[in-house]
Amino acid sequence: MPDLTPTLLVQSGHDGLCARLGGCWSAARLAVPATWAVLERALSGAAVNASETAAVWSWDLSALQRLDHTGAQLLWNAWGHRWPRQLVLQSHHRAMLERVARYTTPAPPPAPTLWVDGVRRIGQNLWLLLDHAHAMLRLLGQLLLDITTLARAPQKGPWRDVSGHLYRIGATALPVTALVGFMIGMVLAYLIARQLRQYGANTFIVTILGVALIREIGPILAAILIAGRSGSAMTAQIGVMRVTEELDAMRVMGIAKGFRLVLPRTMAMTIAMPLVAVWTTMAALLGGVWAADTVLGITPSHFFATLPAVVSAGNLWLALCKSLAFGVAIALIACHYGLRVRPDTDSLGRGTTASVVTSITMVLLMDAGFAVIFKNIGL
Amino acid sequence: MTSPVVQIDGLWSVFRSAARTHVIHQDLNLSISQGELVSLVGGSGSGKTLLLRQMLGLATPTRGRVQVLGQPASQLGREGAASRIGMLFQHGALFSSFDVLDNIAFALRELRTLPAGLIRDVAMVKLQMVGLDPSAAHKMPSDLSGGMIKRVALARALIMDPPLLLLDEPTAGLDPGSADDFCALLRSLHHELHLTVVMVTHDLDTLLELSTRIAVVADKHIIISGTAANVMAYRHPFIEEFFLGERGRRASALLQAAVPSPLTTNH
Repeated sequence: MPDLTPTLLVQSGHDGLCARLGGCWSAARLAVPATWAVLERALSGAAVNASETAAVWSWDLSALQRLDHTGAQLLWNAWGHRWPRQLVLQSHHRAMLERVARYTTPAPPPAPTLWVDGVRRIGQNLWLLLDHAHAMLRLLGQLLLDITTLARAPQKGPWRDVSGHLYRIGATALPVTALVGFMIGMVLAYLIARQLRQYGANTFIVTILGVALIREIGPILAAILIAGRSGSAMTAQIGVMRVTEELDAMRVMGIAKGFRLVLPRTMAMTIAMPLVAVWTTMAALLGGVWAADTVLGITPSHFFATLPAVVSAGNLWLALCKSLAFGVAIALIACHYGLRVRPDTDSLGRGTTASVVTSITMVLLMDAGFAVIFKNIGL
Repeated sequence: MTSPVVQIDGLWSVFRSAARTHVIHQDLNLSISQGELVSLVGGSGSGKTLLLRQMLGLATPTRGRVQVLGQPASQLGREGAASRIGMLFQHGALFSSFDVLDNIAFALRELRTLPAGLIRDVAMVKLQMVGLDPSAAHKMPSDLSGGMIKRVALARALIMDPPLLLLDEPTAGLDPGSADDFCALLRSLHHELHLTVVMVTHDLDTLLELSTRIAVVADKHIIISGTAANVMAYRHPFIEEFFLGERGRRASALLQAAVPSPLTTNH
């Protein structure tokens, strides 16, 4: 087995210096760090530089095992894009070098960045914001139209899809929402209980936990979990349908994407969201009760006996209404970003991220709105 | 006698699902030597693309041995695989977040030794070798036509001058003009770079124009492999349908002007 390491040896011949090349001048061999360090130094010493002071008179490539385009390009660059005065080589290596010589061109410069671009980007973003708002409005309008269509002919509705999404959004989310809810309820109750004990206001834990968990934390927690879990999945699924041209196929068959894609998802999300919220609230209350029992000695039976008296049912109705609204918002935002995905991988990633961030932000903004509007209910 | 570039012995590919067992390859043998341009032909679902994927080490055979360049195919995926094997995927599989030049230069950059200027120069040479204009260097894959995507993908597959090139439907989705150009390009590259090429294609023109050997995959193994004339003379329902059906006759008739038809010489 001959040594395949690329080598460059400069010797003094009868009419000046002669460079002899050996080994395998291929990309993989040249890129071995130790080899490259040696070769780079040897080449820069042997190269004909621009001022025509020829350091090396002749090049002997006849002993080369292999020359690929990377090796040929390396030599051609070292020769300053000119043929050396004397060159001994095999015919197929000459063909390789000739091809490199013919095709060597500087890469076109990338488009320069101008300060105007910054200003333009602000405008573009503003325009994009309007575009998003417009598209969301259309989606919402289409949804309302689709609902009336459905109301007129319920037997034609995409019920199988609704039940499938209901299962995926709702039923499969139960374990994780229960776990997170229980943990949050427990931690919250523990921290509050320690403060209350200092003032001897132990019984207030029922009121505080009841209002906080039922009115705020349950619905918010469920909405955030569902947005991260199912909202992102919806965006990715519709986005991949765009990438694989399934959306175009549906359109060509005359199947409305609003009725077949957006409507069942929104319906399923709207039904599942309040149920998951109630489920999360229950898990959080159980966690809270357990912590209250441990820290303050308030028994579960006492907790649940006093709860209806101190927390009015209005809180529960408000929480359900909020969850309903959150469900619609998350589903619409997820579908909106899914339908905007362009057929490349980058766009899919950005769409999914934007979908989750927007829906969580939207949920929190809507929650603040609900808090202001319904401040007289249940408190 | 040099050892074969691709050597497949006693290959079995079996997919088991709960309902039933699906045998794709049953004791398939194939040997490809240096410098050959072998076309794999077979009906849909006969396992041609699977065979390519097994040569690449992307799929593991149920039983049997797949040796590529003297080592098991499963070993190919290691570092520097780009210098051993090039693959042109059916839809190009370009990295959509890189521009054309970065797509082509990717494997060279990942070596992390060679200077950026040299890599750029090599990538520009490859770009023009596959017949693209230098001005295409900074285009994004989403701005390219189907033919350009194939060319960029070919340049990317060839960046480190691998001795073996695998092509999955190289002319699928190209218009006849682009397909002819692409065929001519493949032929000149095969000739100039002394490549060994394995190609899966349904396109008779491409098949008859490029292949030095045709291997027919049917009945779960390779029923015959040889020159176009040999293959066409073999009696098998698939071959009669494929070459001697209406489409096949038309393609052969068109080719008759250029090369004497194997059909007439056999009679």
